[in-house]
Amino acid sequence: MIRIFSELAIGIKSLMLKPMQSSLTILGIFIGVASVIWLLAIGEGISDEAQKQIADLGATNIIIRTKKPSTQVTSENSGPMPYGVTREDREKVLRIPTVKDVIQIREFQRTLFFRDNRLDGRIVGCTPKYADLTHLEVERGRFLEDADLISAKTFCVIAEKVAERLFGYEDPIGRSIYLPDFEDYYTIVGVMKHREATGGIGGSLSGQVFENDMYIPITTLRRRIGDLDRIARAGTFSRDYVQLSQITVIVDDLNNVFSTYDHIMETLKAHAEMEDLAIVVPKELLDQAKRTKTMFMAFMAMIAGVSLVVGGIGIMNIMLATVTERTREIGVRRALGARQRDIIRQFLVETVALSTMGGITGVLGGLICPYVINALRFIIKTQSFSDNFFQITDLPEILQKMEPQIVDYSIPLAFGISVIVGILFGVYPAMRAAQMDPIEALRHE
Amino acid sequence: MNFAARVNSLHKEYFLKGETVRALRGVTFDIPEGDYVAIMGPSGSGKSTLLNVLGCLDRPTRGSLFLGESDVSRMDDDDLSRMRAAKIGFVFQSYNLIQQLTVLENIEVPLAYCRRLNAAGRQRCRELAEMVGLGDRLKHRPYQLSGGQQQRVAIARSLINDPYFILADEPTGNLDSKTTDEILSLFQELHEQGKTIILVTHEDEVASHTKRIIRLFDGEIAVDTALDGTSDTLLI
Repeated sequence: MIRIFSELAIGIKSLMLKPMQSSLTILGIFIGVASVIWLLAIGEGISDEAQKQIADLGATNIIIRTKKPSTQVTSENSGPMPYGVTREDREKVLRIPTVKDVIQIREFQRTLFFRDNRLDGRIVGCTPKYADLTHLEVERGRFLEDADLISAKTFCVIAEKVAERLFGYEDPIGRSIYLPDFEDYYTIVGVMKHREATGGIGGSLSGQVFENDMYIPITTLRRRIGDLDRIARAGTFSRDYVQLSQITVIVDDLNNVFSTYDHIMETLKAHAEMEDLAIVVPKELLDQAKRTKTMFMAFMAMIAGVSLVVGGIGIMNIMLATVTERTREIGVRRALGARQRDIIRQFLVETVALSTMGGITGVLGGLICPYVINALRFIIKTQSFSDNFFQITDLPEILQKMEPQIVDYSIPLAFGISVIVGILFGVYPAMRAAQMDPIEALRHE
Repeated sequence: MNFAARVNSLHKEYFLKGETVRALRGVTFDIPEGDYVAIMGPSGSGKSTLLNVLGCLDRPTRGSLFLGESDVSRMDDDDLSRMRAAKIGFVFQSYNLIQQLTVLENIEVPLAYCRRLNAAGRQRCRELAEMVGLGDRLKHRPYQLSGGQQQRVAIARSLINDPYFILADEPTGNLDSKTTDEILSLFQELHEQGKTIILVTHEDEVASHTKRIIRLFDGEIAVDTALDGTSDTLLI
C-alpha cells in the first residue's frame, strides 16, 4: 500500500519536470469534467423551472379557456355569435363524479379610473376560490367573500400595483374605482400582494399577468356588465359574447386526471366544431416535461462526454511524447530490474495522476456554476452598457428564472470518468514504453 | 570455490539487414567471486554483446550462462528482470541517474524493483551513500552533482542489492583524469572488500588497474590472463 504512495510521489515529481505540459493536459480534463457538471446542473435547473411553472397550474387541474374562433364573423347586422365556455358547460362538468370543483372566471380588459389617475387593467369576475387557485395572498383588507357574491355587491379587490398607480400613498380601502363604460363605482375591500407573472407554458396557455388585476364578484359582473364585451379601440370595433373566460377543473385524484379529461371532452363535444376552447392539462405537460428532461440531460451529458474524450486524447498525445523523451530513463530502469509491468504501472500512475487532478479541479470548477451564472445575470442586469448592447429581458424567460442545481450523481460520475479516462488513454503509451528493447533504449540520445 | 558467473560456449547471432551477424562465437570463461576483470577488444569484437548477455539484457542464441546457481540463458523477460534487480549492479559510462529523483532515491531504485524498500533498506542506502563519500548530499538532484559524484551515486546504486557482480561499461569514459583516478580507487576499495567487478573498457590505462584481462576478437576470446599465467586470478 505504501508503495502506491511512493509511486505516486515519484509520478508527480516526473510530471512537475514539465509543469506547462502537465498543466495544459490537466486543463483538458478540467474542462471536460466541469462541463459535465455545468451542463447537467443547467439542464436540471431549466427542467425544474419548467416543471415548477407547470406544477403551479396544478397537477390535478384541467384548464379550459375560451378562445376566439378564427372563423368568427362580426357584423353589425347579424350580431355577435356567442362562443366559449358557458355556465351550462360548467354545470355539466360539475356533475362528472371525479370532478371536485370547477372554478370560473370572466375577464375584461378595461381602463380603471380614480380621480385623475387611470390604469389599463384586467377586470376579473371571479369567486373567493380564485385566490387559492392562483396562490394570491392578501396584503391588506380581504379577498372576495361568498356574501359578496350572493348579494352581487359592487365590491372589488385590487392588485398591489393597481393600488400604487391609482392611489399612490393613500390607503385604497374604502375608496372606489370608476369604470366609465358601465358607469359603475366599485368599492375596494382589499389589496392583494404582488404575484409574479407565470411563464407561457406549452399548449395553448399564454403567460398570465396578475399585476393589473381588479377582482369583482362574478355575479356582480353578470348582473351589471353582462356577457357582451364591446370594445372600440383604435378604429377597430369588436364584440365578444362570452359567458366564461375560463374554467379550472379540479380533479379529485392525480390518477383520475386523464380519465376525467376524456369525460370532459365527451361532455363538451359540441364545442369541437367551433374550435372555441383551449384545453390545457398540466399533468400531461408535466409528464411530457419529465420525458423531455431525460432526453435533454442525456444529450447534455453526451456533449460534455465528447469534451472529456478530447481531454483524454490530449493525455494520450502528451504521454506518447513523454515516453519518447524518456526512452533513456526507461532503458535504465529496465537495466536496474524493472519488469514490463513495472514500467506500465509507472506511466499509468502518471496518467491517472494527471486525469485525477483534472477531475478534482473540474469538480471544483463545476461546483461554482450557480454562483457564476447568478453573477453573470447580475452583471447583465445592472451594467449600463447593457442598455444598448444586451438586456436581461432579451434572454428567454426560463433562463432568467432558473436556478442551476448541481445534480448529486454528476460529481462522482464526472470524477469517476476522469479517472477512467486517465487509465484508458494512458494504457497505450504505457505499453509502448514497456515494450521497448532495453538495449536500444539505453543507446538512445 | 564460488563463482559469480560461469560462461560456457556462448553464441550470439542476430539478423541485420538480411544478414546473420555472429557477434559471439563460443565464448567460455569463469568468474570466481572477488575477481576484478577487464573485458577489452576493438569495436566489432563482441564486447558490447557480451556485456548485454552478462547483464541479462539479452539472451544467448546458444550456450549457457550461470549466475550463482541459476542458468539464465533460457529465462523469460520477467525472470531476467528479477535477476537484474537483485543480482547485477550496472554502472554506465554516462551515469544514467534518474533526473527527477534525489541521490537517496536513486540508490533506492533497484530495491523498489525487488520489493525490498523498507526502513532497513533505506538505512542501507544511506550507508552506501556514506561509503562512496556522498553522505551529506542525500537530497541533491543529479544536475547538482559533478560527473564524478554522479558516478559514485551510480556505484552505490549498483551495490544496494548485494549483487553477484558489478558490471561497469566504460565507467570513466566521461571523466577527467583526476576523477578517473578517484573512481578507480573506489573500485579498488570495493575489490578489497571482496566485491566482484567486471569492467568493460578500451583503455589499457584503466585495464591496468584490474587483476585480470579478457580480450575479445571477432567474437572469441583472444587472451585471458587468468589462463596464461599473467594474472593473479586463481582458477582451480
